[in-house]
Amino acid sequence: MVTTTMTMAKALNEGLRRAMEKDPKVLLMGEDIGKLGGVFRITDGLQKDFGQDRVIDTPLAESAIVGTAVGLAIRGYRAVCEMQFDGFVFPAFDQIVSQVAKLHKRSDGVYTMGLVIRLPFQGGIGAIEHHSESPEAYFAHTPGLRVVSCSTPHDAYWMIQQSIEHDDPIIFCEPKSRYWEKGEVDLEGSPYGLFDAVVRREGTDVTVVGYGSSVKTMLRAAETAAGEGTSLEVIDLRGIAPIDMDTLVTSLEKTGRLVVVQEAPRSTSVGSEIVAELTERCFYSLRAPGIRVAGYHVPYPPSRIEEDYRPTVERVLDAVDRVMGYAS
Amino acid sequence: MIDEELVQLLTPEGERVSHPDYTSSLSGEEVLSMYRDMVIVRRLCNESTSLQRQGQLALWAPLQGQEGAQIGAGRALAPMDFTFPTYREHGIAWCRGVPPESLLRLFRAVSNGGWDPQKYRHHVPTIVLGNQVLNAVGYAMGVQRDGAEEAVLTFFGDGASSQGDVLEAFVWASSFNAPVVFFCQNNQFGISTPSSTQSKVPLFRRARGFGFPGVRVDGNDLLACYEVTKAALENARAGGGPTLIEAYTYRMGAHTTSDDPTRYRVEAEVEVWKHRDPIERIKALLVREYHSKPAAFEAIGAEAEAFALKLRDDVLAMGRPDPLSMFDNVYAEPHPLIDEGRRDMVELGIGGGVH
Repeated sequence: MVTTTMTMAKALNEGLRRAMEKDPKVLLMGEDIGKLGGVFRITDGLQKDFGQDRVIDTPLAESAIVGTAVGLAIRGYRAVCEMQFDGFVFPAFDQIVSQVAKLHKRSDGVYTMGLVIRLPFQGGIGAIEHHSESPEAYFAHTPGLRVVSCSTPHDAYWMIQQSIEHDDPIIFCEPKSRYWEKGEVDLEGSPYGLFDAVVRREGTDVTVVGYGSSVKTMLRAAETAAGEGTSLEVIDLRGIAPIDMDTLVTSLEKTGRLVVVQEAPRSTSVGSEIVAELTERCFYSLRAPGIRVAGYHVPYPPSRIEEDYRPTVERVLDAVDRVMGYAS
Repeated sequence: MIDEELVQLLTPEGERVSHPDYTSSLSGEEVLSMYRDMVIVRRLCNESTSLQRQGQLALWAPLQGQEGAQIGAGRALAPMDFTFPTYREHGIAWCRGVPPESLLRLFRAVSNGGWDPQKYRHHVPTIVLGNQVLNAVGYAMGVQRDGAEEAVLTFFGDGASSQGDVLEAFVWASSFNAPVVFFCQNNQFGISTPSSTQSKVPLFRRARGFGFPGVRVDGNDLLACYEVTKAALENARAGGGPTLIEAYTYRMGAHTTSDDPTRYRVEAEVEVWKHRDPIERIKALLVREYHSKPAAFEAIGAEAEAFALKLRDDVLAMGRPDPLSMFDNVYAEPHPLIDEGRRDMVELGIGGGVH
């Protein structure tokens, strides 16, 4: 095993580089991704090495970034589109749900929409509005699309490559608050499939599920809870659509208690789907109702007060107390 | 006729006129063959309208009046070019070789597409206005990267010209010098909305602001549509970048079979355009210049009738799809919710046979 320590941002950069080296049909498109290397520097240096025809600085029009990526996919290219921020994906929403999601079906399987839409998502960076949103549920709800999120540099490196190689369109959610955190990356391989949920910490009392930025929050909560005698099993969802329900079921059948953590507003969300599905599948194993720790039903707040909106360790622990409080 | 900037090579009476930039290169044989295309496509359209009225199609989008624009543009294509249509490009589909019954699968509501778009190099119909125009520019960027001498021809109407996707496509095509030709059929109406609501300037003039040429062509003049499109495609293939063609025409029928055009336009206007009919003026040319005999037109008419009968039979033979087919090709790779849905449907006793 050859491991290297790097940030998630660097891991994504290296993953993109490797994908471009392996397949000449892989192109990157987005606003300011060339000379500047992207506002988060995820594509730093790639235009210099692969040229302007493969790392394309586009005009500022998100619908066109995705709409032309569709045409490139029809022509046999694999475009990786960068949306500069989560809150700017909506001009492209029409192309994503009307064309990207449906063209494999509408062409009776002739076209493959093997494109990736990279979406820096979630908050926690002290930004102004439209820069901290969690729109994953819109996409997860749409048949024809797939949605994933990485939470570690290792996963960032491998999941971006797996997403590019995948023949279905993938919304690739990057937790921007974790871009600069370092971790070990095994450059030789990854044991996980793209949509596998991964148990990050084993436990026996409560299954705590989340993705992206929430994984670190959950692990911290598990550390504190352990000190108080409660054992949390922390699961990194990774695949948001489809969800690896089997891994969640296995865990919940053991613990009987479920807490889901997400930054997105609670109502009609990924967390809602997890609680509903697991209630159906694990009804007789449940010792408490599943609880969602989520953003509130408000527009993402001004970032001076964002830590009162995002799930904190305290809010996760409060939910753990609540599920532990049910008589069993 | 309409304005002096209009490219016209044939008057509504079928008399040739000269133009400084365009000359008709078509032989009498070719003109007759394109006349045949127009007649058959109009017959296809009439039969489809009847089929809809008889409850055999869910909807039909007629093209009457636009045959000259579509057969002119469609016959100007080279085999390796790629086309991106709306839902009204029946004439283009015909030129591309799409089987006519396949064209009707969407309208019979047995498919969300209808044909193999790679085989015919003709994209599936796009109903969300303007989406396909961006897809076409992306495809053209792929052509460019492949170093191929191919062009892309994409269609939209005066209504869709207000869509952001169309305007973004202009920006992109211009910035990247993409080998794409934008073919706007200005048929005067977006359902009921007149083209004057979409644009205060003639649509073809928009191109100048985006940095590429725009041409307004008499959309009911087959010869002009052919030459203007052919030149624009050749220019695109040679690396000259995009062109906007505004084919100035008129939708003689309704927007679709769900529409009632008497509510928003006056009969007198329709009458004016009847005199500009694209088929009649080619017929007049064929008689005057090539001495085509009535027998030739009768033979084409008879062929069109036989074609319509076969089309009807083929459409009526299209049964209800197996409900389980809704799970096919949603994803290219296995997906648990697809497996689950298919399993649930089988357990309910649905699917797997004819219903």
